[in-house]
Amino acid sequence: MTPPVAPGLLWTAWILVRKDLLLEWRSRARANALVFFSLSTLLLFSFALGPDTTFLKRAAGGTLWLAILLASVLALGESFRVEQENGALDGLRLAPADARALFLAKALANTALLVLVGAVLLPVLLALASVSPTLGLGRLAGVLVLGCLAISAPGTVYSAISSHARSRDVLLPLLLFPLLIPTVVAAAKATSLVFEGDPMLQFGSWLGLLAGFNVVYWSLGFALFPRVVED
Amino acid sequence: MLKNVRIALAVLALGLLIWAGYLGLVWAPADREMGDVQRIMYVHVPAMEMALLAMTLNFLCCVTYLFRPSWSMDSLAEAFAEVGLFFGGFGLVLGSIWGKPTWGTYWTWDPRLTSMAIGLVSYAGYLTLRRLVDDAERRAVWSAVVGIIIAVDVPIIYYSVRWWRSLHQMQSSPATVDPAMVRALRWNFLAFFALFVVFVMARYAIALARRRQEVTPPPLVLERAS
Repeated sequence: MTPPVAPGLLWTAWILVRKDLLLEWRSRARANALVFFSLSTLLLFSFALGPDTTFLKRAAGGTLWLAILLASVLALGESFRVEQENGALDGLRLAPADARALFLAKALANTALLVLVGAVLLPVLLALASVSPTLGLGRLAGVLVLGCLAISAPGTVYSAISSHARSRDVLLPLLLFPLLIPTVVAAAKATSLVFEGDPMLQFGSWLGLLAGFNVVYWSLGFALFPRVVED
Repeated sequence: MLKNVRIALAVLALGLLIWAGYLGLVWAPADREMGDVQRIMYVHVPAMEMALLAMTLNFLCCVTYLFRPSWSMDSLAEAFAEVGLFFGGFGLVLGSIWGKPTWGTYWTWDPRLTSMAIGLVSYAGYLTLRRLVDDAERRAVWSAVVGIIIAVDVPIIYYSVRWWRSLHQMQSSPATVDPAMVRALRWNFLAFFALFVVFVMARYAIALARRRQEVTPPPLVLERAS
């Protein structure tokens, strides 16, 4: 009989992603809440900005990313609360699952959830702000995925930290929002360019900036996350 | 002994501030374009330099802590973050006051201003995190992780004026500035640096005392209340 072989880093991460998504699929409570929460924020932004359609059109990119950002705080905060019940996080660490695999899995699962939220929001936004993806749906999807990846990586690290702290619901956005300002600016700018056309060919550089943020945040998270969950 | 050093340094810093203030406000010539308003430079630039210095040192403390954990490194990181936040906030207000007469506005979404504002909010978040975690060891590790992540902004603040070439001017070199102005600026740097050291030492002592009080176990035999 051969002794059991520990699965590799990526395989562990894949198993954990499937576990998280399965949990999500079984209840669908969090995804439902997130979608409706972000839809109502989208409506609120439209009301707050007024009925001026030309202005709403210009603000569409920013509105979308603010709605996703606000939803991300809820999603990220919840993702480690689940692991704290019944000491599930300790169980995972003892399994033993590599902490870096845990980071990859959590961040990817959060990305998937945020992309889902964004995908539901987009058609509503297209109707509300009467914009259309002039540069094509492919580029829009690219911005959405890159932006959600860039939110999830630092968000996962910070939510692991703040889930153990006092008044965590205040702490997570306080830590996360300043860090994500440049990301949200880049994502919102790229989205507006998709909506309004890109005569100056700036789209590539904003997308590149977004990709750069991803490289920095994912490598920092990958390197530092084990120290966050160690005990 | 250490307390005497701190008092002596504080007196020295105060003396230097008065001397440098005299140089900046009276002795140095007024700027040809901006007039006397430009004298804000003598406090704005040193304050911002001290803020960036403190943020950089905080980053180094955080990295060091993750490799060689010690309470003194943790306390030093806390001291640098708070002193950096103070100097940065001070410098930002001074910059705003300078911006109104010269740029025509207190605030503009210039990359330098924006990145500095992001930095200040980040370090405020860092200090809040330290307040909200009760376990001293976890607090130290987590705030070190956060300190490393938010330090990404520090080089962006420094290089923003070169990368984007916006409203805020680039770093000047002494070669292009009037020697009298350079001299006044250098004295102000020295004064601010002395102040920086005084602040960091005081803040470090407070932080270390708090750590000591947190991690010291209670005495085995309770003393009888007399």
